[in-house]
Amino acid sequence: MSNIAKAFQNGKAFIPFITCGDPDLVTTAAAVREAVRNGADLIELGIPFSDPTAEGPVIQGANLRALSGGINTDMIFSFVRGLRSDVTVPMVFMTYANVVFSYGAEKFISTCAEIGIDGLILPDIPYEEKEEFLPLCHQYGVDLISLIAPTSQNRVGMIAREAEGFIYLVSSLGVTGERSSINTDLSDIVRTIRENTSVPVAVGFGISTPEQARAMASVSDGAIVGSAIVRLLEKHGKDAPEHIGEYVKSMKDAIRDL
Amino acid sequence: MTNPKGRFGIHGGQYIPETLMNAVNELEEAYYHYKNDPEFNRELTELLNDYAGRPSRLYYAGKMTKDLGGAKIYLKREDLNHTGAHKINNVLGQALLAKKMGKTRLIAETGAGQHGVATATAAALMGMECVVFMGEEDTVRQALNVYRMRLLGAEVIPVKTGTRTLKDAVSEAMREWTTRISDTHYCLGSVMGPHPFPTIVRDFQAVISKEIKEQMLEKEGRLPDAVLACVGGGSNAIGSFYNFIDDKDVRLIGCEAAGRGIDTFETAATISTGSLGIFHGMKSYFCQDAFGQIAPVYSISAGLDYPGVGPEHAHLYDTGRAEYVAVTDDEAVNAFEYLSRTEGIIPAIESSHALAHAIKLAPTMDKDKIIVVTVSGRGDKDCAAIARYRGEDIHE
Repeated sequence: MSNIAKAFQNGKAFIPFITCGDPDLVTTAAAVREAVRNGADLIELGIPFSDPTAEGPVIQGANLRALSGGINTDMIFSFVRGLRSDVTVPMVFMTYANVVFSYGAEKFISTCAEIGIDGLILPDIPYEEKEEFLPLCHQYGVDLISLIAPTSQNRVGMIAREAEGFIYLVSSLGVTGERSSINTDLSDIVRTIRENTSVPVAVGFGISTPEQARAMASVSDGAIVGSAIVRLLEKHGKDAPEHIGEYVKSMKDAIRDL
Repeated sequence: MTNPKGRFGIHGGQYIPETLMNAVNELEEAYYHYKNDPEFNRELTELLNDYAGRPSRLYYAGKMTKDLGGAKIYLKREDLNHTGAHKINNVLGQALLAKKMGKTRLIAETGAGQHGVATATAAALMGMECVVFMGEEDTVRQALNVYRMRLLGAEVIPVKTGTRTLKDAVSEAMREWTTRISDTHYCLGSVMGPHPFPTIVRDFQAVISKEIKEQMLEKEGRLPDAVLACVGGGSNAIGSFYNFIDDKDVRLIGCEAAGRGIDTFETAATISTGSLGIFHGMKSYFCQDAFGQIAPVYSISAGLDYPGVGPEHAHLYDTGRAEYVAVTDDEAVNAFEYLSRTEGIIPAIESSHALAHAIKLAPTMDKDKIIVVTVSGRGDKDCAAIARYRGEDIHE
């Protein structure tokens, strides 16, 4: 069984996203540890990319800050190795296909397995292109996370049947970023997913408040939050970790017992 | 591959967010339907001929030929099309297709502004809403085109992310498309992005080589020895090459923008300096660093200032069927001035890259050889920038 399954054994899962190196890796490490201490069930670590086409302005900003600080993939690999000395919750990388491809897919994916990365989220690898990395992911035991969107319609079953780790259900149209309200009715999509797989489903994109997290987690197995956390980093910089801890606690408390 | 659709050798594919997959699938289905629909083709031909002014002329550049003293030079005059560039060929096709699909809104990226102007034009003609994304830096370099788009009723959104040029305009148009799909068609301007765009845009631009072939047979009774075109994403080049791909004796030469030189960081010559990668929906060659971060590219030409190249060009390069050369800013500016003075034709700075290579190539060929250079657009839009490049402080 995928290590990621552990994230869904403590009630509804809360999954924070943090961009590595925003503003520096010392802060990222502190933010991850604060998030875990306050109830995060799985950590989504962003490897920055110069042109993150699925991101809204907030996470684009984090990517730029991290890259202008001189971060690179090798530095992030050694950083995760260090984190793994005490952080035991499942961790996945979120990045773009070119970061994996240009590093050398086998070298990238085998290193993920070696340092304790459990899965990969690549928003520009849809079902049709997953063969690019899937054989290597299987070879090294790293889950390639499938995304399903409100526009997936007739594709939901096909994607769900082959999903691994967890399914990242995109809450609404558009790019990442906080939304004042999420109006998509996800229950039909979740029903179709459930008919096709037992892999857990977490909802992301646009969630920032405990109320939104409750609403999304009540129809799924968990909530993913990116931009709202990145905004704390944008605002507080090196002092962000304690704010992230408080925020994660409020979010996990809102969904734990659903 | 699970899905070999849209591959040119190893290049191409559909590396896009799941949110857009059904949109590109619908587009593919509609395209393959209308591609063979007589009514669609009749309407498109009528638009191309009566509205855009096709067929464009194949002009024998006699003075240039004599001055260079080598191969005979013909110019394919895409600059004479309505809106002043080859971009209209593709846009009329896509706008008509979008309309048939029930879309009421076109979005587009633009570099030099030519594709944006063409899209705004087609939207005005067909009564569609139009939003154009343009890098903030390019809105300054090409201020006149910004005004033209607004005059035509389009909204122009300056893109302030990244390098604020064409690459960022493409990213922003893609983001916009994921936000609003049901009534919106993304009218991509080059032979790039996810399948089916490289195929659709190529097919709509292939009219260029279809005409060159007919006109050349009529004028010379034979095929040319070489066809030259500039390459950014590569749409006028693939359009100029396509119907010659099976004619192995015709050399196909793509001219990339070397900027300040391919040995500098200020270049946009993807095939000369780039490496294999995955970006903007496609596998192809890109200017990037060792960790896959896309490089900030540079060229004097806003239309060639892009860090990638269309997947079919990448494949033509891999197989050796087409050659790709790099042309510097200086060489392109010299060619811009040369054609203006020699033939009385002011070419776009983009097209000037192909002309610069022709100026080098023609004298090395015998007088009984023939080369065709595609003048992809006209250069009025570039006059102020070139004047400034030469140290004259003029403003539009």
